Formats: sequence, C-alpha cells, structure tokens
Amino acid sequence: MAQAKPRTLFDKIWASHVVEALPDGTAILYIDRHLVHEVTSPQAFEGLRLAGRRVRRPDATIAVVDHNIPTTDRRHGIDEPESRLQVETLEQNVAAFGVPYIPVLDDRQGIVHVIGPELGVSLPGMTIVCGDSHTSTHGAMGALAFGIGTSEVEHVLATQTLHQRPAKNMRVEVNGRLPAGCSAKDIVLAIIGFIGTGGGTGHVIEYTGETIRGLDMAGRMTVCNMSIEAGARAGLVAPDDTTFAYVAATPFGPKGEALERAIQYWRTLPSDAEAAFDHSVSLDVADLEPMVTWGTSPETVVPITGRVPDPDELTDLTRRENWRRMLDYMGLMPGTKMTDIPVDVVFIGSCTNSRIEDIREAARIARGRKVAPGVQALVVPGSGLVKKQAEAEGLDAVFKEAGFEWREAGCSMCLGMNPDKVARGKRSASTSNRNFEGRQGPGARTHLLSPAMAAAAAVTGRFADVRELS
Amino acid sequence: MEKFTKLTAVAASLPMANVDTDKVIPSRFLKTIKRTGLGAHLFDPLRYNHQDGSENPEFVLNREPWRHAGVLVAGDNFGCGSSREHAPWALLDFGIRSVIAPSFGDIFYNNSLKNGLLPIRLPEAVCEQLMADAAMGANARLSIDLERQVVIRPGGEEIHFEIDAFHKHLLLEGLDDIGQTLEHAPAIDRFEEKRRAAMPWLPATTEAAS
Repeated sequence: MAQAKPRTLFDKIWASHVVEALPDGTAILYIDRHLVHEVTSPQAFEGLRLAGRRVRRPDATIAVVDHNIPTTDRRHGIDEPESRLQVETLEQNVAAFGVPYIPVLDDRQGIVHVIGPELGVSLPGMTIVCGDSHTSTHGAMGALAFGIGTSEVEHVLATQTLHQRPAKNMRVEVNGRLPAGCSAKDIVLAIIGFIGTGGGTGHVIEYTGETIRGLDMAGRMTVCNMSIEAGARAGLVAPDDTTFAYVAATPFGPKGEALERAIQYWRTLPSDAEAAFDHSVSLDVADLEPMVTWGTSPETVVPITGRVPDPDELTDLTRRENWRRMLDYMGLMPGTKMTDIPVDVVFIGSCTNSRIEDIREAARIARGRKVAPGVQALVVPGSGLVKKQAEAEGLDAVFKEAGFEWREAGCSMCLGMNPDKVARGKRSASTSNRNFEGRQGPGARTHLLSPAMAAAAAVTGRFADVRELS
Repeated sequence: MEKFTKLTAVAASLPMANVDTDKVIPSRFLKTIKRTGLGAHLFDPLRYNHQDGSENPEFVLNREPWRHAGVLVAGDNFGCGSSREHAPWALLDFGIRSVIAPSFGDIFYNNSLKNGLLPIRLPEAVCEQLMADAAMGANARLSIDLERQVVIRPGGEEIHFEIDAFHKHLLLEGLDDIGQTLEHAPAIDRFEEKRRAAMPWLPATTEAAS
C-alpha cells in the first residue's frame, strides 16, 4: 500500500475545505466562519443588494461593531456622525440580510478577534475569514484564518466560499524557556525582527516548538495575531489539550458528546512528523529580553536594554534612507538608550493584547503604583466578557487606583477610528500591533511592547525594563 | 469591475519600501460607506502639509505631469499591513490603474485584482529602471499590454510579467468573480451537505448572538 504523503496542518485544513479543485491549481475553498464588522462590510452588502443576492449562510456569519465605537459610556449612542452612520449601516444590513449580530450594549460585544475564540464561534480545523488583516489571530485555535478585502467579504456572503490559491508552508519553531519578564508579545516581536515584515509573504506560518506549546491560548493568539506583521496572511498553532480545554470552557462551543467527537477529529489535524515546509526558521528564546519597537515598522525592534540604532551603520542606501525617515518621524536620535525615552500615552488593549491574561499581567505591574505625572494611560478590555471578568477579579480597581482609565471594549487607540487617538508628536507605548506612521492618529509616535512593559512605562513615565519592577 | 486591457500613461515613482495601507489611506478616511471619493485622501500623510492641509509641493503626485499619473512604480512590499480595500479604491479614484513593485502585501495584491487595478511584480533592478523612466515624466510614458503580459518602456523595450490566467481573464473582460463562483453552486450545496453530516458539532452562529 502506498504511503500517504505527509501533510502539514495547513495542508489538512485546506484539503478538507476544497469544494472544487480547478485545473490552474486554485480551488473554491469552503468558509466555515465569517466574522463581519462595520468598517469593511458596507460596500459588500451594497454589492449584494445591487446584484439581488442574498447571504448564503447567515448561520455561519456573525457581526459585531468594534472599530468605530467609543470606549466611554455608550448608552447615549455615538457622537461622531460618520462613525454613527457606519454602525447604523451595519445594523440595517444585518437586519435586512438576517445576519446574527451582537449589539454594542451586549456583554458579548468586543473586538471581533477576541470574541470569536472567546464565545466558541472560532474552532479548530475551521476556515475563518473576516475583512480585517488580524483575522490571523484565530489561527491560534488551529484554524485556517485570514484577512480579506471587501470584495472577498461580498464573495463569502454570497457564496460561503473563496476562490484561492494555496499558500506556501512556513514553520517558525520556538524553543527555550521563556525568561521572566518576557511574554508571547516579546516572542512575536523577536520573530518579526528576525524574519522581517515581508518574511512571511505568500506563506502560512505554523508556530511550533516547546515554547509555543507552553503558551496559553491568549499567548498563542498574540503570536498568531501578528503573523500579518511578518507578511503572512495566516498563522497557525496545532490544536492540543490546551486548545481543547479552552474550547470546553466557551459558552457556545460544542459540549458533551459533540465535543468528544470534535476532539477526536481535531487530534488528526497536527502536521505529520515528516511533513515538508517550504521555509523553516527557528528561534531560541532562552536569552530573550523584553522588546520595544523604535521605528515605524514592526520589524524595527530592539531589547529594552538596547539603544536606538544608527542608520549610518547600514550599507544598503535605500534602507538607510528608510531608517532616517523613521527616526525623523519618531523624533529619536541614534544611540539613545531605550530606557531614556519618555512616553506621553500608554495604551493597553487591541486584538493583540486585550484578553484577561493580558489585563492581569498589566495589573500585576500597576498594583500599588501610580501612573507617572503627565502620562495618559488607557486600559481597554477586548470584550465585555473580559471586562466583567477583570472587574470580578478587582482589576478595574487596581487600575483606577493607579490612575489608569478603565474603558469599554473596542479597537480604540490601536487605530484611532473612535475618539481615542494619540495627538501629533506624542509618544505612545502601545500593546497593539502596528507602529505605522499615523496609525494611532496623524503624527502619533507608536512603540509596540507587551502589556507588562506598557504598564511599566505608564508608572515610570518612560520605557522601563519590567524585570526591574516586578 | 472596469476592464483592463492596455494602458499608456505617465508613471510616478515612489521609491520607498514597505508602504503600508495606512499610508496609502489612513484609517480616519475609512468611515465611508461608499467605494468612491477616496482619491482626494490618497497618500494623505505624504501628500499634504498637516499644519494647513495644503499640498506638499515635494511629493510626486503634487507635481506636473505626475499629478496625472496612471501608473505607480513603488518599492518592495507595497501595500503591506491592513486589509482595507480602500487602498486600491483610493488609487483608482486618483487615476492610477497599475502599480509596479518588486513585491506586494498579499491582501493588497488580491484586493487590487478584484477592482481592475493591475499589480505587476517585477525584479527590483527592473523597477529601478522604470523609476528612472518615470522621472522623465510626460516624455517617457509607460505602456502596459495585459493580453501580451508586457510593460513597454518609452524606448520600446518590452518587459514580460507574470499574472495567473484566471485573474488575467477577469481583468480583460471586466468580470465579477462572484458570478463565476456561483456557477459552482451545486458543488457548494453537495459540500455543505457532506460537511453537516460529518461534523454535526459545528455550532451555528445564531446561538452565540441570540
């Protein structure tokens, strides 16, 4: 009997969703879950309407508002007219097309990439899409999850499929004991620093190795979330007992015998031992230090003990010019110690780092300390359920006592589509995923770091080595 | 979608690597519910002075003849980052029908193809030559012939580029790919039925949002 060709986790999920394989190597790929939010869907629903099409599988679709909504009291609605129009448009669209919707005042509302796994809507082995590049987050469940544009949102609404070419397989193996003071965020920043913002383009990254296996689901989500910052549309972690225990605890995931049957199937998904990857890299984190970005690309990252690098040390002239432009934008001088850089704003939140585990980490540092004078510090939970859980643990009181603002769930200052923005020229220590020019507001200067490091920056008023605080 | 067959246009060069879609169109302009009207905000942070909103006279798209550019020649990893389709919408609304670069962000590349914006991958050295052509302005228009898959330099030199046959066909005919996929509707029905039987534990979203 011929031995079946060893396959990767990606190969297996892909194969199990091929509706039709086409002669040119592409396929009509079935989509199990479609998550919809207010920013990238209005034109898609309009397209359906113009073509007289319906939503094929409302029961495989779920909509929520997250990008535009204020994080202060929301009972009186949204002040900003354009944001309000976008939210109202979504509400009209879900009503007209019969799509399940979680309204803004519901406890289950939150960032789409937080609530999918949290509610048990995103499960192992699924294909999951959303009109948002950070859909890669759900890959932590062992699902093939990737961001799509609005035309593809319309395509999935109408057909429950996408016409796709299979990605290449990339493996990022992470080994070594994660040192104290370091977290999943530091791991993924180190990975992006190592392979670059284009290092994963055209690939799906599977994260393997003992360090990844040792991460909880929140940590795995942080790592998969930033896959797109390395150019990969999707990141994956093979489902294991950690995943199954997480699913079992979700309110709407399968239960009892259904869960047992599901787990039986999910256990067949991990990559075969001999499976071939098109590209492999490995990283040992035993000597990892807490990381901070200095430039306007997530790959421009240094350990907190490091300094702002000097563009003159680069031989590639285009890159040198690029770095100079970044330093100019960021208002930084080469050679400055990272711990000498003061911050104006601290943002703890976003689909990268707003889960209860992240909030606990930040609270551990905030407890008994005070936000430094002149610093504005925001904590924005990823969902209403995270917020409730944190409040049940008394963490809101810890933050308020320390001078942090405790907010309602949403995307908030990660991209400043709501009133939470960083002012021009101000420096932000942010647990989000992108330090692009203008990302948190026009002229805002963003540095990416972990929740504990962000809290450390808040209480010291500058970037600080969290290992000296805890 | 508007057809793409042949194009002869002024090309503008943007010799920067990793131009992310936040730079192409910042998030504050994503609050629209339309696809049109985004051209005015294309490359907003590069194109306008933030103090008074006036044009930055240094930026290529604010200078003649590149104000009328139909092609953009850019650096590596163009369109990385956010999935916002507003990026190709803004480029098209400005008048740009094709972007040439050594590589593209995957989602941006896909989004472009679905809107009649032709993304062309060419090696870095070739892009540098095309940037030099672009600098010559109106005297050195670039031509693109999608049917023959060539970029034609001002002197007549032809450079071949790759594009997959499916998207080439859609672009040439200006076709909607949802219509194409719906021709597979019976196969989708059969697949769904099989999947429902094999995995009855797959929960419906209706429960989670009720």
